[in-house]
Order: sequence, then structure tokens, then C-alpha cells
Amino acid sequence: MKEMICIQCPVGCKLIIRKKGEEIYVEGNKCKRGKEYAINELRNPTRILTTTVFIEGGKGKHEMLPVKSDREIPKDLLEHAMKELAGVRVKAPVKCGDIVFKNIANTGVNIIATRDMEEK
Amino acid sequence: MALSSSLARLNACWRKKMRVDVAVIGGGPAGLAAAAEASKEASVVIIERNEELGGILQQCIHPGFGNFIFGEMLTGPEYATRFIEKVRAAGVDIMLETTVLEIENKKIIASGRNGIVEIEAKAIILATGCRERTRQQILIPGTRPAGIYTAGCAQRLINIDGVMPGRKVVILGSGDVGLIMARRFTLEGAEVEGVYEIMPKPGGLMRNVVQCLHDFDIPLHLRHTIIDIKGKKRVEGVVVAKVDENLKPIKGTERYVECDCVVLAVGLIPENEIAKKAGVEMDAITGGAIVDEGMETSVDGIFACGNAVHVHDLVDDVTIEAELAGKMAAKYVNGMEERKGLLKVKAGKNVRYVVPQMLRGKDIETIRFSFRVKKEMENARVVVKAGEEVIAERKERIVRPPEMVKILAEAKKIWEIRKEVMVEVEEV
Repeated sequence: MKEMICIQCPVGCKLIIRKKGEEIYVEGNKCKRGKEYAINELRNPTRILTTTVFIEGGKGKHEMLPVKSDREIPKDLLEHAMKELAGVRVKAPVKCGDIVFKNIANTGVNIIATRDMEEK
Repeated sequence: MALSSSLARLNACWRKKMRVDVAVIGGGPAGLAAAAEASKEASVVIIERNEELGGILQQCIHPGFGNFIFGEMLTGPEYATRFIEKVRAAGVDIMLETTVLEIENKKIIASGRNGIVEIEAKAIILATGCRERTRQQILIPGTRPAGIYTAGCAQRLINIDGVMPGRKVVILGSGDVGLIMARRFTLEGAEVEGVYEIMPKPGGLMRNVVQCLHDFDIPLHLRHTIIDIKGKKRVEGVVVAKVDENLKPIKGTERYVECDCVVLAVGLIPENEIAKKAGVEMDAITGGAIVDEGMETSVDGIFACGNAVHVHDLVDDVTIEAELAGKMAAKYVNGMEERKGLLKVKAGKNVRYVVPQMLRGKDIETIRFSFRVKKEMENARVVVKAGEEVIAERKERIVRPPEMVKILAEAKKIWEIRKEVMVEVEEV
């Protein structure tokens, strides 16, 4: 049995999830989106990763460049992805949307810049 | 004395002067949206004290912005980028590293890279945002070691300066900034011992409680607070305790928690020093300017929007409000503004505050009332009344104090009745 809060809408139903073999039973959801959410969260929870990498020669006081995964990656791989990005350094100029790291944690997902960074 | 007065005179001759239709103070999300909108009908300048535009969005690298306006979950910098491009394309004049010192009769005195600047504007939009509450304002006793940060300061250190403020962190306050920082510290390899919240319910959006705390198994201790901070040079630990119904610590529940960093996410207050000096009337509850349905303050031609008016939980709402301020400021300078009178808007049953706080009968068909409830309620009925008459109503499955509620009402109905307006919420 697992408990979670549905975040599909502001109501925030408390879901109770039971697994019998391959079947998943959801209780506590006030609408069908809650069941879909619970099943997805149980089978394959994914998240967008947002973090920063070092930027060299950027304008102003920025030492870091904000980045994100261009698609969701499995939740279990977030820590591994962070370790891969730990030593990454990019050089300015960078455009919002530029790829700064390819195929993060072997997921086929790319890490992209989320802002422009002009040269000094 | 003689020297200082002659220096003042010299300074006055050297003062750079400029004229503009609309001057926007602050280049964060509110200022950007207001400037973009006003620039459709007027000449506009943005005065920003930071070295770049975007305000706090530049350090809010997490997703969750723009769901309503763009139908996408953008990060803060991405959301800012869209509006920065908009104001640049519109030819808005941008003054960076320029701090407004005061406003005297629509004349703005600012200090910039090249000294004092004087900007004469026909209308002014205050988009000065808010600032964080500090340890001072919540009176935590104890020593004053290094390692105590407000959440926004820790966020800037990590996301912009690339510095980790600590390795073992205790977070006080479960508002959105506190929750976001719990996740951020964890992703960067620090240990977040727990988030402590004095109230019985989390202060932030449910989606943040789930995705920032539950995802990383970070404990949330409701009805708890920090009662002491220990450490000489550096924070060594804190004492936490449970609180009773009156938010007073309960004897015997104290627990010592070792940590090297304390992050305070204990609320935001609108920043209005300039507004107050300019004589703008303030709302004691929001801490922001009192505004009418067109975001104009008590001072003729001075408008306000965004977190300077009331602290928002979603940037999309800031943008909508700021665009209205921009549009109405442009109308004001072009002499197209209408007024029908003055009606008060009151917060009724279960409502903590309502914005706008007054109506002047401007040329706006639908008035958007934004408000916060005092307590969580399921199956709530939101009502706008003019006198005793209900002029707008809506059902909400749930309303919570951390989530701003909005309701639209027809201006025509209000001005037919011409009585005080009240927004109320009832459980049904």
C-alpha cells in the first residue's frame, strides 16, 4: 500500500494505492484524473530536471547558467543526472534553448539552456 | 554647509534630465508586462536597480511559470526572456543599475551609473516587488553565527553565484520559496534535515509540497518552529519545538538538530518605501498600495502592480494585473480615462483581503477581484455583492489561504447599484 497526494488540481486528494499482482487499485480520488496520476506515478514517475551549470565569460555577475531537461526523465535518474552535470562548464555566449549536454543519464534527453547569456 | 550647498547646486546643473509618458519603476515580471502594454500607446522607460531585467525570475530556475498565460510550464528565466524580448521589440527605454530615490510630484529622482537622473513622467507605475521577512521580524532568539540565510538569498547564492550556503540544512517555513529551496539543496547534494512550519497546514502550493518534499523524502514538521539557534562563528544547530494552538512552544517537546545552515522562508512583504514617501495610501493587511480597478493608487497618475500591491503565488497573475496597469496608465496620459465616482471594496466573511480596494468607475467592463481566504474550505461559494445584491458568484471545490482566488464581476451592475462592494466566501 502506498499513499500519495494527487496534484492534478488544487483539491489535492489523498490517494491510497494498492497493488494486487499487475492490477493497481486507487482509492480516495474524487475524479478519474487521480487514478491516472496514481498509476503513472507508480509505474513510471518522471520529472523535468532544472539545475545550473558553470558558465565562463558570461556578462554581469553570473557564475551559473540555468538549464533544464528538454523532456521529463525518470525520477530515479535525477541524482545520476546531477552527478553527470556537476563538472560541466560552458562558454558564453549561450542562447536560450541551446543544448549544453546531450543524452543525460543515457535517456536520450538533452539538457538545454533556459536563458541567453551574453559574452563579457 | 557652504560647501555642501554649492555641491548640491553643482550636482543640480549636472543632473541628467529626461521626459517620458510612463515611467515604470522595477524591471521584474510586473514592470516588464506593464511596460510592454503601456508602450502600445505611450513612450515608456523602465528603471531597474539591478544590472539586468527579469527581477527574481532570473534566480527561479525551476519550472512552474506561465501555465496560464502560455499553456506551458516554463522556468523563471524563460518566462522573463519572453517579456524582455517583448519590451525590447517595443522600443521601451531601459535604464539599468539605476535606483529610484524618491518621487516628487511625478518627478522621479534616481541614482544611476552616471550620477543623479531626473525623470519627469506623466504617469508612474510602481512595480517594486517585495522583499523577504528576516530573522528580525520573527524574533528567533540565540546567537548570531554565519550560516543563516533567507531562502531567496540562498537561492541567489546557489543559482547565480554558484556557492553552496551549507551542507546540512534546516528550513523554517513551508511557503513556496522554502519548498523549492528544500529540493534545490537536495539536488545539489546537501542534506535537508527537515522543513519546519509553525502553522497546521503547509504554506505553499500542494504541487510544491509533493514535488519538492515527498519526491525527496524530506520531512515536513507542521506546528513546529525554531526556538533557538546555536553556534559561535558558524551555525552548529537549532532547537526546534512543537507549538500549541496559540503558536507558543510546548515545554518538553524541544529537540536539538545539528546543522550548519538555517534557511528562513517566513514570508514576503511588498516593498513600498518609495510609494510611501510619494504619499501613496497603503493597505494594512496586504502591506501594499491601495489600488482601484485600473491599478491606480490614491495618488493621481501613480499606478502599482504585482507584488508591490499584494504578494502573489503565480507569476501569471502578476502579468495579468501588470498589463492592466500598463494599459490604464497609457490611457491616463492620453487623457482617455473615465471616472464615475468612488466606491469601497470590502473583504467580507472568510476573506482576508481584496484587491482592488476601491472602484472609480473606469472604462473597464469586467472587474477582476483577487483575494485570499482566511481558512481552508471545501465546496466554497464565492460571492461579490454590491450592497445586499449578489452580482457575481462561483463555486470552488476547495479554497486555501496559500492560493489566491479570483472572481470576475460586471462593472455595469456595480455602478447601477452604486453601493459598497463586498467579496465573501461561504462553505456550502
